Amino acid sequence: MLRRIYAIFRARNLEFVRDRGSMSWNIVLPVALMFGLSFIFSSERAEYTVGVVQDAAEIDASVHPFLASRYIEFVPVDDLESGFRRVARHQLDLLVQFTPEARYWVNPDSPKGYFAEFALLEFDGLAGGALQKLEIEGEAVRYVDWVLPGILGMNVMFSSLFGVGYVVVRYRKNGFLKRLRATPLRAIEFVIAQVASRLLLILLITSFVYAGTKFFLGTRMDGSHLLLFVVLLAGSMSMIAMGLMVAARVTSEELAGGLLNMVTWPMMMLSGVWFSLEAASDWVRQLAGFFPLTHMLGAARAVMLDGAGFAVVLPALGTLLVMTAVFLACGALMFRWHPK
Amino acid sequence: MTIALEARKLVKQYPGVLAVDAVSFAVREGVCFGLLGPNGAGKTTTVEIMEGVTPASSGEVWYYGEPAGTRFREEAGIQFQNTALQDYITVRETLEMFQSLYDRRADLNSVIEQCSLGELLDRDNRKLSGGQRQRLLLAVALVNRPRLVFLDEPTTGLDPQARRNFWDLVKRIRADGTTVILTTHYMEEAQILCDEIAIMDGGRIVIQGSPGDLLRQHYKNTIIELPLEDFDGALQGIDHRIVESLGVIEIETDDVNASLRQLTAHTAALNRLRIRQPNLEDLFLDLTGHTLRA
Repeated sequence: MLRRIYAIFRARNLEFVRDRGSMSWNIVLPVALMFGLSFIFSSERAEYTVGVVQDAAEIDASVHPFLASRYIEFVPVDDLESGFRRVARHQLDLLVQFTPEARYWVNPDSPKGYFAEFALLEFDGLAGGALQKLEIEGEAVRYVDWVLPGILGMNVMFSSLFGVGYVVVRYRKNGFLKRLRATPLRAIEFVIAQVASRLLLILLITSFVYAGTKFFLGTRMDGSHLLLFVVLLAGSMSMIAMGLMVAARVTSEELAGGLLNMVTWPMMMLSGVWFSLEAASDWVRQLAGFFPLTHMLGAARAVMLDGAGFAVVLPALGTLLVMTAVFLACGALMFRWHPK
Repeated sequence: MTIALEARKLVKQYPGVLAVDAVSFAVREGVCFGLLGPNGAGKTTTVEIMEGVTPASSGEVWYYGEPAGTRFREEAGIQFQNTALQDYITVRETLEMFQSLYDRRADLNSVIEQCSLGELLDRDNRKLSGGQRQRLLLAVALVNRPRLVFLDEPTTGLDPQARRNFWDLVKRIRADGTTVILTTHYMEEAQILCDEIAIMDGGRIVIQGSPGDLLRQHYKNTIIELPLEDFDGALQGIDHRIVESLGVIEIETDDVNASLRQLTAHTAALNRLRIRQPNLEDLFLDLTGHTLRA
């Protein structure tokens, strides 16, 4: 069994590595995206952003005169932990709370926090208030740091779904799968070989891209590289399995392309590749929970930006493994060797 | 003699089409068995059921006295009519990959020599000519030292020289004692290679036997061929069975001398006259109701 799996695994690797166009694209695309985004977002935000701790979705400017000041964007924050994290990352210049306690949090390392605090105290003085000052320390998280897991995840997603799904459909359409069917090779052996082959390539390429961005852009990593690798491994497996499931019966490359696009685009838009889902509506977040990319990105960002440990990302890892098992089982049950 | 492979009442029903209709036959060990038939006769479906790549609606395939299963997959070699190979993989890597899928293995160097692939080993599969590609596909079918080889229209699309080279290859395989099951459109190919043939039409086997026996059973006569324009409208003076096909007149006769005298008397030009024995092409056309039949 292992010999047969290795034979298919090796042949698929050779096929991929020698296809210079595909190989280059898999490396060039994420690197180009990273550098492009780094350039585009190199300038800081022009306005000040202040979080207001409250349950309501709308800011009520009558609560405090500071909330009516111009050139400051006020965003509601219903979760203190989330607010603290954003202040620590310099994503919020200040976090204020007027009820039940009057207090605010500022990052002493944030230049914009320094000036926002001046404005707050000026308005508070006029209001006769006495806000309590609290400090939260933390280095700024650049957009490029935040988006790196998204870019890596997106690359994993495309490589998994198209790299496996499309190839299997092509093999089926041109009769190569049928030829394999006439040998002692079993479906599960073929599937394992495809998963292993693509997994190895994805891990190598993603590690290469990660190392490159780390070296050239100095991207942030607060957690363990080993844990990030485990997250990447689990995420890749789930998406490769998803690609195999999508391609299990399809015989037309056009249909496969349509189906894969139907899966990848919602994932790309709703899994938090480009922007955070924290402000998204509940139904969007619930829908995103069905996508493996969401769990992979959440765990990867927790490790990279918050220094999260194994216990924190365990639920995401568990979800990804369950998804892998479900997708693989469906793929194996539906698998067809050749066009009907 | 031992039966290598046996089809027992194979049926393949597609929606609205009965592709294979209770087909039964047995292939003896060591022979080259030809399955012939016009397009849509059901021969490829029958062979694919026997190969195990298409499930039958009903019926069974037996291999050396047991239902074809794991042992059959290990011991059978298959060359499909159309098989794509992986791009960017060399001939040597393709052979090694397929050989690794079997426990039973041939000496790869012998297979390479047998199929004349020595100079092509490092060539990308994409850069093979039609004949080279067919030789590689045959070699792939031989990497497990098969006891039985399926060849599904292996010479379709090859030039005459490549086709004859391929026939030599098949003869050598057979000479080693390997059972060969061949489907082909080329009656000449079947006549040269096959010990036994079965002709299919409409999903059924119309006739089965050795080419020589079948021809002896169906034809007692000799065939005289002449271009139609050489008759000058004098056909009605000839009192034998006459068939016109693609501008050629075929006269079936049991007395060639008498027929030639008649032709001479009707002032036909005999410069392009040809006398031959009936062949499988004639039998095939007669049995399958080909439109060329007069």
